[in-house]
Amino acid sequence: MVVKVISGDHAVAWGARLARVEVVPAFPITPQTLIVEQIAEFVNNGEMDADFIPVESEHSVMSVAVGASAGGVRTFTATASQGLALMHEMLYAAPQIRLPVVMANANRSLGAAAGIWLEHNDSMPERESGWLQCYVENNQEALDMTLQAFRLAEDHRVMLPVMICLDGFVLSHTVERVDIPDQAAVDGFLPKYVPVNVLDPDDPIVMNPICPPEYATEMRYQLDRAIDSAKIAIKEIDIDFSKRFGRSYGDLLDLYRMDGAEYAIVAIGTAATTSRLVVDRLRAEGKKAGLIRIRFMRPFPKGELIEAVSGLKALGVFDRSVSFNSYGPVFTEVRNALYGSVLPVTDHIAGLGGRDLTPEILSKVFQVVEDSMEKTPERDVYWHDLRGDM
Amino acid sequence: MEEMHGLKDIKRNEFFMSGHGACPGCGVAIAIKNVMRILGPDATVYVPASCAVVFSAQYPTSSFRTPYFFTAFENTGAVTTGIRAAYRRRGKKSLVVGIAGDGGTFDIGLQALSSALDRNEDIVYVCVDNEAFMNTGIQRSSSTPFGAWTTTSPVGSKVQGKRTFKKDLMKIVEAHDPPYAATLSIAHFNDFVRKVDKAKRMSGFRFLHILTPCVPGWKYESAMSMEIAKLAVETGMWTLFEYEEGESRTTYKPKQMLPVTEYLKLQGRFRHMGDDDIKTLQRWLCDKWYRNYGHEIEEPVCAIFKQEEMQLHHDKDDLHVF
Repeated sequence: MVVKVISGDHAVAWGARLARVEVVPAFPITPQTLIVEQIAEFVNNGEMDADFIPVESEHSVMSVAVGASAGGVRTFTATASQGLALMHEMLYAAPQIRLPVVMANANRSLGAAAGIWLEHNDSMPERESGWLQCYVENNQEALDMTLQAFRLAEDHRVMLPVMICLDGFVLSHTVERVDIPDQAAVDGFLPKYVPVNVLDPDDPIVMNPICPPEYATEMRYQLDRAIDSAKIAIKEIDIDFSKRFGRSYGDLLDLYRMDGAEYAIVAIGTAATTSRLVVDRLRAEGKKAGLIRIRFMRPFPKGELIEAVSGLKALGVFDRSVSFNSYGPVFTEVRNALYGSVLPVTDHIAGLGGRDLTPEILSKVFQVVEDSMEKTPERDVYWHDLRGDM
Repeated sequence: MEEMHGLKDIKRNEFFMSGHGACPGCGVAIAIKNVMRILGPDATVYVPASCAVVFSAQYPTSSFRTPYFFTAFENTGAVTTGIRAAYRRRGKKSLVVGIAGDGGTFDIGLQALSSALDRNEDIVYVCVDNEAFMNTGIQRSSSTPFGAWTTTSPVGSKVQGKRTFKKDLMKIVEAHDPPYAATLSIAHFNDFVRKVDKAKRMSGFRFLHILTPCVPGWKYESAMSMEIAKLAVETGMWTLFEYEEGESRTTYKPKQMLPVTEYLKLQGRFRHMGDDDIKTLQRWLCDKWYRNYGHEIEEPVCAIFKQEEMQLHHDKDDLHVF
């Protein structure tokens, strides 16, 4: 084990290197670029034995990835924002053909009112694509989850692609202390990829023929169930990982000071880090606040969430994205999961387009949630930190 | 393995089986069947969205006896790159073959094609060119010839048929200087066999561009596919050549240029064309003919136009003599 001070992007690149990925199609996009640059350096320095394939667009990145994975080798790539959107069509190929591609997405805002900064509006819409989706909180988790993601994706009970989401700039470009595991230890944790179905002239199969209506519903049902059953593998893999490397990330959820909590918020990614600070302050004041970090948006931890909120008097959801004229996507999922419960749940939107998310803003979020224990909240959705009268 | 020189060398070992869903007389099906016969059992086929993807493999059946893969429309150059990389890593000896239509090659797939050419990927890229988006019901592509009717270049009272000429895709391919690129016709079979066999034996990016007549899209009797494919070459609408080591070489030269009307009159897609449009097309063809076959052939069809050009452009300035 070596300790290095590296960015989140470089941590992901180290994860790909230690996972002994064999094919890496690549296209640059901010704030993902450091990942593919680092991998290109690893490959050109002979430190990583992989085919690094620079292509002309993210659509082709995912096309190469799908081709390589169908050809039977471990495949990795990375993207962000507009790039993920350009891949959208090809994202749907990997899950439905059951190809265990792993991809990092450095979260960034998308579309007009353009910017290159943090927002979850790029990856949230891709919850519908069939990819498993994990949101990490720090650079160590970014590396460790890259390794775990391959174990998960290639588990024969799962066989699904995994998207690792890390907050753009906040993690992608910020350096932190990261333990880099030994290659031998990683090899023990992550054996060579053994495909279930593979293109091979010695044993020809047809992969992804046109699917007529009489079979289509069943195909989609099987994918739906496979995503659900990934929950078991996620638990097992994290336990095995913690035994080998001494680091555990909880499960689909990561609970912080939830013992005896009366109110809590749900957060994903680095918003959870700032929330921990606020929870600590509130606890010091004698208030019973807690934090639920959702690690996986797919599979969505419905049962785990119901269990985690039992005993709470109020819940808030923090969203770093918005489904326009509706709610934040995390809120929608959380409240759906809690359908039938009388627990007041409010949505809190802030930190969009890279706007700083300060402890003060999150303190206000917690204040609204605390108030909602006593009296009915004014509205479902609170936009925090708006400038001027809106 | 023996080199193939023509029709007689082909083994009747089918890797694209009959029973597929293509129209009778389909040029694409004829092309694929014979390409697969020549490439043999070691091919892995990627087919993007196209007629071929619909008629060749519908769950739970397939006409391909080789590995077959499909994902989307615009990515033949990219997916074949991925498969090739995987095979290289696994030490698999196999030809990785992409079979895409003209829409998937000239238009939506051009970007991925150019990028794969740029990387000189070790793949055989086959473009089956039926000159329109036939899978979706005959919409114009940049391969559709001048004047042709399609559902998106309809014959209206104001505008009749497609108003621009067929894109010269081979020039774009050649600009990337690939190891091998060739045009093929399903009606010139010895030439066809030799070119596919040559591509099979080479490495690096190999591009095979096949003109594939389409019965419903071109609107002709299904028994006429070979006749029409032949006439395409004899009128200059299709030329047979290959590009290798930076040089282009004609592989078949028609004895004389037939007027384009011989080709047009058999097909419903050109039926509406008036004299002016036919002249415009013929003029374009003559230029192409001279470019492909050289100026030493003074064929009557083109000679007429050469005279017209002189009358049109001579401005009495002695410096501007042709």
